[in-house]
Amino acid sequence: MATIDVVAVPGPARARRARGRRALGAGSGLGLGISVVWLSLLVLIPLVAVLISAAGLGPSGFWSVVTGPQTLAALRITVLESVAVTALNIVMGTALAWVLVRDRFWGKRLLDIVIDVPFALPTIVAGLVLLSLYGPKSPLGLHAANTRYAVFLALAFVTLPFVVRTVQPVLETLERDVEEAAASLGASRLTTFRRVVLPSLVPAIAAGAALSFARAISEYGSLVLLSGNLPMRTEVASVRVLTYIENGNKAAASAVAAILLLVALAVIVGLDITQRRLARRGS
Amino acid sequence: MTNTFPATWVGAAALAVSLAATTAACSDPASSASGSGQKVSVVGFSVLKTANKKVIEDFSKTSAGKGVSFSQAYGASGDQARAVIAGLKADETHLSLEPDITKLTDAKLVPTTWKNGPNKGILTQSVVVMVVRKGNPKGIKSWDDLIKPGVKIVTPNPGSSGSAKWNILAAYGHVLAQGGDDAAAQAYLKKFLANVATLPGSGKEATTAFQGGTGDVLLSYENEAIEARAAGGDFDYVVPDQTLLIQNPVALTSTASKPAKAFLDFQLSAKGQTDYAVQGFRPLDSSLKVSVPGANDPSNPFPTPATLMTIDKDFGGWSVANKKYFDDKAGIVTKLLAASGKS
Repeated sequence: MATIDVVAVPGPARARRARGRRALGAGSGLGLGISVVWLSLLVLIPLVAVLISAAGLGPSGFWSVVTGPQTLAALRITVLESVAVTALNIVMGTALAWVLVRDRFWGKRLLDIVIDVPFALPTIVAGLVLLSLYGPKSPLGLHAANTRYAVFLALAFVTLPFVVRTVQPVLETLERDVEEAAASLGASRLTTFRRVVLPSLVPAIAAGAALSFARAISEYGSLVLLSGNLPMRTEVASVRVLTYIENGNKAAASAVAAILLLVALAVIVGLDITQRRLARRGS
Repeated sequence: MTNTFPATWVGAAALAVSLAATTAACSDPASSASGSGQKVSVVGFSVLKTANKKVIEDFSKTSAGKGVSFSQAYGASGDQARAVIAGLKADETHLSLEPDITKLTDAKLVPTTWKNGPNKGILTQSVVVMVVRKGNPKGIKSWDDLIKPGVKIVTPNPGSSGSAKWNILAAYGHVLAQGGDDAAAQAYLKKFLANVATLPGSGKEATTAFQGGTGDVLLSYENEAIEARAAGGDFDYVVPDQTLLIQNPVALTSTASKPAKAFLDFQLSAKGQTDYAVQGFRPLDSSLKVSVPGANDPSNPFPTPATLMTIDKDFGGWSVANKKYFDDKAGIVTKLLAASGKS
């Protein structure tokens, strides 16, 4: 407490002198401090703990864990399915956002609310819903349970809102005048979309895609019921992590988690770079 | 330096304040909990959540149980063991299989003498059974029926669910019980795994998947089948001729309160065992006669199978079996499971 007092009540003369040189005022300094503490406690420290725990294996131990056939297959399935689902979300999410912002139709409000349902459902409930929809008793006649499609369906379900919800507000603030100007200058609708609208949406799409991918590679609850966790076929990386934990092999669990972490980081950074490039080219 | 100095300071102050707040928040309930003597903290595996209700109710009617309050935590057996190691308060731990208690003795939370009593550390028992669709359309009666072409098996994943190990060992062991060797048992398990339609994460999820229409047969425990049928579940179950006795261990922690010991004594008494038995657990004393709603034959609820295997007699105990069958790399089941996906 004393330290805050020192900062909060500097002599008026000193404050005047220092003001020009300070990058941050006491208020925003406090904000930064709280943000850093909060982020460290919640995210950074646990992440470092995972990496330290994985490091306990040593390079060769780490390598033998992540290249074990079953684990490698699980990682491959997880990453490939997540990429596919993210690609789907980029297209479908943008389309959904477009429809919700630009079109008028009956039930629009309802659709707008329904999109958030996958966010709101506990993942295990999502799994139950998916099982009843696409399982052996499917009313739709779609039998995807215990196949790779099941993993895809579950991931697509839980990641649906991300791109929609990041693109929607940007699309809402977009000035229509610009599009009309482009049209009056002879640009086709497709050209207008590609050269005028899309560049403004790209950062939002990229942000949504990153969230969607990150969520997909870590998903567990919603797909365990539907996917069947069959080794080499539908088993995802988070199930491998759980298996290692169950067998008391925390270091191996951390190794798989570390790989997921690195992949997520690489994809998020990659999306950010692409997004910057595209945005620059468009403007 | 001067530019960032105040901001860093405020950050440090915020860190100090928040740390102080967290430690204060943590130490508070701990100190108050250790002070009260009339409380029993029970940590158990999932199924006990409903089973213990009746037992606790009857315990509080006894003189030893008067005024004793309970705090209860239930979940997957392995998770519960890890939670206790991570600091979850427990006087009594009642888990699905011995290796989970071993985790606690390794962490020095449970005395190594926990198995020395006349019950050898076991509190509840059951057997591995085959749950089939109403009327048993596929005519499943024995282990050999499971590996017939077209039969789809649902059993929880022995990797992520410790309790699922009972099921796999029963399937494996039935070959040994009939005089087969390890090679024959492995050949059987290979065919068995080829017929597995899904390996849900836990026993509960396996039941959900089966009820959702997946598979022809669900490997489960007798007590869970009985409980689900008593609750109106629309399916049958078969006790195969060769099956494995499931023994759920119990242990008091080193810091267990006095009423916790009284509670355990009650659980082991005829009354406590009867309470568990009416809910589908095989009583430790087989002479105990109870009527069990939900059983195939409520008046003779626990038929004796031709061969009843036990983990100690047929598999050399859990410490041997766990290593031999479920080791991360070299375990027989681990390897067969990994191979089952390649075909």
